[in-house]
Amino acid sequence: MYEFDIKSPSKLGKAVRMLRKHEDAQVLGGGQTLIPTLKQRLAAPSVLVSLAKIDKLKGISSDSGTVTVGAGTCHADVAADDTISALSALAGGIGDPAVRNRGTIGGSLANNDPSACYPAAALGLGATIVTSARDIAADDYFQGLFETALDETEIITSVTFPIPDAAAYVKFDQPASRFALVGVFVSRKGSDVRVAVTGASEDGVFRWAGAEEALSANFAPEALDGLTPSGDMIGDIHGSPEYRAHLVGVMAKRAVAAC
Amino acid sequence: MAQVKMTVNGKAVSAPAEGRMLLSTYLREALGMTGTHVGCDTGQCGVCAVHVDGKLVKSCNMFAAEAEGAEVTTVEGMANEDGSLGAIQQAFQDHHGLQCGFCTPGMVMAASALLKVNSKPTEAEVRAHLSGNLCRCTGYHNIVKAIMAASGQDVAVAAE
Ligand SMILES: Cc1cc2nc3c(=O)[nH]c(=O)nc-3n(C[C@H](O)[C@H](O)[C@H](O)COP(=O)(O)OP(=O)(O)OC[C@H]3O[C@@H](n4cnc5c(N)ncnc54)[C@H](O)[C@@H]3O)c2cc1C
Ligand code: FES
Ligand code: FES
Repeated sequence: MYEFDIKSPSKLGKAVRMLRKHEDAQVLGGGQTLIPTLKQRLAAPSVLVSLAKIDKLKGISSDSGTVTVGAGTCHADVAADDTISALSALAGGIGDPAVRNRGTIGGSLANNDPSACYPAAALGLGATIVTSARDIAADDYFQGLFETALDETEIITSVTFPIPDAAAYVKFDQPASRFALVGVFVSRKGSDVRVAVTGASEDGVFRWAGAEEALSANFAPEALDGLTPSGDMIGDIHGSPEYRAHLVGVMAKRAVAAC
Repeated sequence: MAQVKMTVNGKAVSAPAEGRMLLSTYLREALGMTGTHVGCDTGQCGVCAVHVDGKLVKSCNMFAAEAEGAEVTTVEGMANEDGSLGAIQQAFQDHHGLQCGFCTPGMVMAASALLKVNSKPTEAEVRAHLSGNLCRCTGYHNIVKAIMAASGQDVAVAAE
């Protein structure tokens, strides 16, 4: 790691000011992705602005229609809250217990790893990503591999999820890392069906329009018979593009069956 | 360099630490407590696991500065007051839960974090809880047996 200072402001406004002041400052969430990245010298910030002391960013609240998760809430805390059971199951399936005690929802969404789990929940539930500057609909937020709508001095403060009538996330674990080799999040709210796919596409998390249309007509696993997503799928040592495309269909059917 | 203070195994400690100093480095090099091991140094293997404010974390994936003011427990804190092996450690010895012993500090800390919140875990829960702890020697069966035994359960159920 290159040298840097760690600052731990207790107020969000101060954290944003620090990011503006130091040109190469970077936010530190749970560090579960950023620390390994720093060790590989793939990032060289002069200052890390830790969000850990900003209490306002932690915790989960809900009202009749939505659940709001503070950006600094760790995966273990989301796993323990059962308001949207598909969301808690997803959080409880991330990595391992130690990762879940440190990693945060804000860090996961800011990072937008193409194989990460939370992006599928945000897109699959039609969440709103709330930042220090604005509200961003999930449909506008994810912009490709590790790319998001965030600008450099913007901090995610919370994520608001509409409570669905039914939802499920099914992932096929990459056995070594436990990231999603392919993961599919399906939700239904009234007549609105959303299907979000992670781990599969060269463009990162995406909504599978063909499946949404088929499931809107008939919300049953058979409705997906013969359907495969279009677009470029990831091919690597863990699976070919064809294998991943096939897995998307299988995971989607399992998710519908689990709804 | 900033002075970083915390409580380790009930004792107040303080040592200088650069921003980039990992908690694992702070424990091993600044405090000379080498019970906490470092294996992969990338957050994958779990041998560096400790408790920070009661929660299991990988100390190679957290900065020392972030543990300022925290209560940290390491494997050195798992023995009984008189220095004899604690219940989990004793179960690892009795059930041959270690061979080279390199992964053992992380396994013991993971086991203790689990038993604090789930005093009678099923075998499946034990295995799921160890998903972030790698062992290259034992094949895990005896580790699972040791944890079942430490929770006062019949180890035969973990024998298949
Ligand atoms: C062994 C292991 C297994 C894992 N398995 C999985 C898995 O199965 N599924 C999965 O989805 N993930 C997995 N992860 C990743 C994990 O979920 C991370 O917690 C997550 O990707 C990053 O969150 P963090 O809080 O640790 O962020 P950090 O590592 O601190 O930060 C990541 C990035 O986000 C930025 N950032 C952090 N917080 C904010 C914020 N509030 N606003 C704006 N920017 C911010 C940082 O500047 C950095 O660029 C795994 C990680 C490890 C080490
Ligand atoms: S040394 Fe920390 S996880 Fe391997
Ligand atoms: S006993 Fe050797 S690595 Fe586990």
